[in-house]
Amino acid sequence: MAAAEARLSSRLRHHHPLTPYLFIAPYVVLLFGFVLWPAVFGFWISLHDWDFLLASKPFVGLQNYANLLDSTSTTYDPFWNGMKNTFIFTVISVPFLVVIPLALAVMLNRKFPGRTVFRALIFAPFVLGISVIGLLFTYLFDARYGLINEMLSWVGVPEIGWLTTQPAAWIGLVIVTIWWTIGFNAIIFLAGMQAISAQQYEAAELDGAGGWGKFRHVTIPGLRNVFIFVLTTTILASANMFGQSYLITSGGPGDSTRTAIMVMTEEGLRQFRMGSASAMSYVLALFLAVVSVANFFVMRERS
Amino acid sequence: MTTTVDDPTQQTSVGSESSRRMTHKRSYNRDRNGPIFYVVLVLIALLFIVPVLWMFLTSFRVSEETRAIPIQLIPRHFSLRGYRMIFDPASDSAGANPVPRWFLNSLVVSTLGTIWNLVVAAMAAYPLARMQFRGRNLLFGTLIATMFIPGFIFLMPNYLTMDKLQWLDSYWALVVPGAAGAFGVFFLRQFFLSIPRELEESALIDGANQWTIFTRIILPLSKPALVTLATLSFLGHWNDFIWPLFVLFSPEKLTLAPGLATLKGAYVTDYPVVMAGATVAAVPVLILYVILQRYVIEGVASSGLKG
Repeated sequence: MAAAEARLSSRLRHHHPLTPYLFIAPYVVLLFGFVLWPAVFGFWISLHDWDFLLASKPFVGLQNYANLLDSTSTTYDPFWNGMKNTFIFTVISVPFLVVIPLALAVMLNRKFPGRTVFRALIFAPFVLGISVIGLLFTYLFDARYGLINEMLSWVGVPEIGWLTTQPAAWIGLVIVTIWWTIGFNAIIFLAGMQAISAQQYEAAELDGAGGWGKFRHVTIPGLRNVFIFVLTTTILASANMFGQSYLITSGGPGDSTRTAIMVMTEEGLRQFRMGSASAMSYVLALFLAVVSVANFFVMRERS
Repeated sequence: MTTTVDDPTQQTSVGSESSRRMTHKRSYNRDRNGPIFYVVLVLIALLFIVPVLWMFLTSFRVSEETRAIPIQLIPRHFSLRGYRMIFDPASDSAGANPVPRWFLNSLVVSTLGTIWNLVVAAMAAYPLARMQFRGRNLLFGTLIATMFIPGFIFLMPNYLTMDKLQWLDSYWALVVPGAAGAFGVFFLRQFFLSIPRELEESALIDGANQWTIFTRIILPLSKPALVTLATLSFLGHWNDFIWPLFVLFSPEKLTLAPGLATLKGAYVTDYPVVMAGATVAAVPVLILYVILQRYVIEGVASSGLKG
């Protein structure tokens, strides 16, 4: 019996030594070709005056980065305007994108008829792509023919230029983003809440905790890891904002909703100045890395 | 992995006397939600239904009605003009907006991309879950690390790679690199780990090789995970916007997502046409979602618990 088991376990380990590599080879090729290599190659590009359309791509060292810090260069204004806009959008959207889904998850965590349908409903916009969302909300936000101004006029609110004035444009873009993505975070919070054992709630109840007390002392601490995950991914998603501005406001009014990614793609993939565009992408990535790490440690400390 | 988010009460423990009493009490006094709860619920539901309903409705209206002031909320005339404009090239006055072609492109790219993603990810996930080999931990660590690299970093270098491979303005650019993402591999590995080993062990004793075990035992047992990944992958390809927007140029090569952006530019405030285009792009994913929503939601739910 023991001998058979030993034979079996040795058999289990003794697949042909090449077998795992053959299984994994296609993925590794893709990983190197489209993730690892470009992550390094992108930096190499950023060290050149890399015009896609020109044969000569001279090495310029850190010049592209220096330009981003030099207020007299042509890339300085658009880039930092984009960075500022991305920052504004992130700061005003993230609190809503975290708190509203948390509230929805609390609602969904109760028992009521039609719960599954409701859950499916609030997640539904997320399966629509940004292009559908963009077209739909361009129409809804249309100052003259849009449903939103029409409904506001019923309660006496005068016409709002959602796409043409500030801060209405930012408010509009945040509303679109909330509507589009709210179900995603809500589902994640809900799963986190349901992973908290019922005993903990009962213990809190025995200690005399009411609804709010249970939320404050059981739900919130129990969701700590999920909360870090949601906060981090939401900050990153907001900092990646592109489609909403591209489709709905076209970066306007003026350049006030033109985000960093819009500036970067315009520079690199429309004007084909890929060196400076790559430099922009690394600077933005550096900012995001700092935010993620800081976020992680701040949340750790709290525990 | 198979986190179910269906019923919160199923986790109610029956271990202690107090909890049993509580469950008992709950089942007698089932609905503890006041009327305000339901009013809020209905209002929220309307917030999610009305915009999509408005899109459908508008796509069947005549332009004049959508530009009347004040807006006519209830359509008086039913019209297919919006759809005619985008489906019949002869009536597409604004020029090159071959929506049927875009639809087909999206369908082909999303289907091929999904199959490719599933094949590559499942094959990579299997040895990561089941075999010992040199470099396994390094590879797995690298894979996790790549999930933290923001996607925009890859735009310029991958654009140049597409150019080198002569894949610009072709479906290859949309199908092949898509499977390089780590999510699918990670997701399937976690699922494979949850499958008990007994079946494989008896198959091994019967002399089955790893490929047979993978295709005959592991994959059939992983159907729920494969369906989830397939659905998420299909939705991801169908909705992908920024990458096709830049790597495709020819009007007839576009997928629906970037195509809709040009449609919007061509028809501006002719909203029935624009909404018809949006509807054409929305309906397939909404149908897919209605059928497979359980898988989609479970896939999303599990991604957070891992985090």
